Amino acid sequence: MAMLARTVGRTFMQAAAARSLHTTAALNHDSNYGGNRTTCTLIPGDGVGPELVYSLQEVFKAANVPVDFESYFLSEINPVLSAKLEDVVASIQKNKVCIKGILATPDYSNVGDLQTLNMKLRTDLDLYANVVHVRSLPGVKTRHSNIDTVIIREQTEGEYSALEHESVPGIVECLKIITAKKSMRIAKFAFDYATKNNRKKVTAVHKANIMKLGDGLFLKSCEEISKLYPRIQFEKMIVDNTTMQMVSNPNQFDVMVTPNLYGAIVDNLASGLVGGAGVVAGASYSAETVVFEPGARHTFAEAVGKNVANPTAMLLCGTKLLRHINLHTYSEVISNAINKVLLDGKVRTKDLGGQSTTQDFTRAIISNLH
Amino acid sequence: MAARFINKIVRKTGVIGQMLCILHKYLYRNNISPALVNTTPAAHRAYSSGVRKVTLIPGDGIGPEISAAVQKIFTAANVPIEWETVDVTPVRGPDGKFGIPQAAIDSVNTNKIGLKGPLMTPVGKGHRSLNLALRKEFNLYANVRPCRSLEGYKTLYDDVDVVTIRENTEGEYSGIEHEIVDGVVQSIKLITEEASMRVAEYAFQYAKNNNRKKVTVVHKANIMRMSDGLFLRCARDTAQKYPEIQFEERYLDTVCLNMVQNPGKYDVLVMPNLYGDILSDMCAGLVGGLGLTPSGNMGLNGALFESVHGTAPDIAGKDLANPTALLLSAVMMLRHMELNEHANNIERAAFETIKEGKYLTGDLGGRAKCSEFTNEICAKL
Repeated sequence: MAMLARTVGRTFMQAAAARSLHTTAALNHDSNYGGNRTTCTLIPGDGVGPELVYSLQEVFKAANVPVDFESYFLSEINPVLSAKLEDVVASIQKNKVCIKGILATPDYSNVGDLQTLNMKLRTDLDLYANVVHVRSLPGVKTRHSNIDTVIIREQTEGEYSALEHESVPGIVECLKIITAKKSMRIAKFAFDYATKNNRKKVTAVHKANIMKLGDGLFLKSCEEISKLYPRIQFEKMIVDNTTMQMVSNPNQFDVMVTPNLYGAIVDNLASGLVGGAGVVAGASYSAETVVFEPGARHTFAEAVGKNVANPTAMLLCGTKLLRHINLHTYSEVISNAINKVLLDGKVRTKDLGGQSTTQDFTRAIISNLH
Repeated sequence: MAARFINKIVRKTGVIGQMLCILHKYLYRNNISPALVNTTPAAHRAYSSGVRKVTLIPGDGIGPEISAAVQKIFTAANVPIEWETVDVTPVRGPDGKFGIPQAAIDSVNTNKIGLKGPLMTPVGKGHRSLNLALRKEFNLYANVRPCRSLEGYKTLYDDVDVVTIRENTEGEYSGIEHEIVDGVVQSIKLITEEASMRVAEYAFQYAKNNNRKKVTVVHKANIMRMSDGLFLRCARDTAQKYPEIQFEERYLDTVCLNMVQNPGKYDVLVMPNLYGDILSDMCAGLVGGLGLTPSGNMGLNGALFESVHGTAPDIAGKDLANPTALLLSAVMMLRHMELNEHANNIERAAFETIKEGKYLTGDLGGRAKCSEFTNEICAKL
């Protein structure tokens, strides 16, 4: 209920925000949405990000979607061209919604920072909950079928705390931070999500047999919150067992709640089961803002400029955005088109066993927008 | 070479433990560590004549029955091995703490080679996990888990042939944790150059000795820039010494994604502790579970081969357990002891039995008893 109330509240706020901004944006489109246009921050990202985002923009244009993009090039591997993080953060805070490609995170930093740009963005906006809905898609042939799992990952602490030090040469300590406050918050988010979306079960993924205090605290927090939701089944599973179960019997999972690193592992594993990084959409939530980004984070840098990347994940992010800002009709039109194209199977990108280009795929979607 | 020579002498004269450690540190300072990672045949020839003693830890639950099965098969195959069965049920030591009995420790220290069934870790009984204790006691620094699709047991993935090599002494399993203030816990992940170098070296040696083409280092250095960065650098440095083996670096999440889509992409994988734990179990899942995958632990003071599945108390004593994992671990052990002919013979018999599918245990969808499965393997030797 709390979640619902928050969502409704947020929608009102967004509507208000959009109204005050539409004056400049609405000029080039004749909108059938009463002139109410939404502005969305857009971060194309590295690798094939710009190509995917272009595909999304083309589809939005063709579907006459009343959304305007405020584009920022943000990049860690290309610091000269990158926009300032503060500007991007301010834009997202103002617009409340953002579409983001994947930022490459090199294993070194040119300014000696331990925190990556991704982490900074997440901390600055407090994007604590990453939600990836992994679903078998129509027409995409994979080993397993009927997968329908939601992975909810805490992404502001844990292994991604960037607290490391070399006490003596050759010996490095890396701190993993788990707090009761953030563990409770993500657990509550997961149970609220399950309630709102009529899910039956929440599985907490942990390694509390080894990290007795750290993961133990996470697990205890989940247990405590689960008592407030008697109608939702609660289950615990050790992370190594989870991955083993995931590859042999993925249908047993419903909603999963995980600390940071395990979430990254399970997200990618599950994405691999339904067709790869090119077909899974995700979203990161703070109390105020939402950033939509592909669920498995890969820049696919080796394919830059080759016009072969699969834009499905990015387009699905787009439909999620439209649902979020209450433009359900547009969202449905686009997701129907995606399903149709995938099901027909005539136009397929390389990752799904086809020969079509990103552009072909985008065109196919556009011609199926009814 | 000199280092290997010293190492050999030290082993021969039976000066172990502390001496080795000191020597090890000395060698490290002089940057000639590779010789210590002895996976080369020469290392074992020193004690390769006649019948050799091997320590057997049958374990709990189904452990005794599957150990008996392995012993039976070994007898049938005329393997020149004498088993020395020891019990590792914790006893109270002179310091009042519970621990592994000294007899068991001495046995492994003398024999240098052990085979171990599953052990139960009682929750909250005041002593730490026996597995962990054994690992510490024998300095088992690398865990090797080959995962290969078995003909005759169909899973959704049919081209799996990967070996995961996992650093086994530090990382996330350092056990250093504290609650700074109420509700805030920090767990320390410890990565050292020494341990990282050692496991990287082992991985490349393993690849070389087993005719593998490629070693992939699995890391998350984009997030943990110093700790995983150090591990990555050690792997890179080691790779330069093995130009004949292909080397690649992959992020943990990329490996997870690709492994389930196309397991054929990977060959030998080397990684820190936690990632190894997760990936080795996942790979086992690809080929049919922990009941089918062997595991070996390489250490400074010896090697311990084990089955990594649970003790399955629900079917213990009912003659229903599947001894494959322990048997394949024993085969790995034979290869480690340079008894390759026996190893091949037993492995072939086991694979044929599974392929024929007439005598499969319950976990593989058959109805045979453990003893029937064992007899069939014996008949095929």
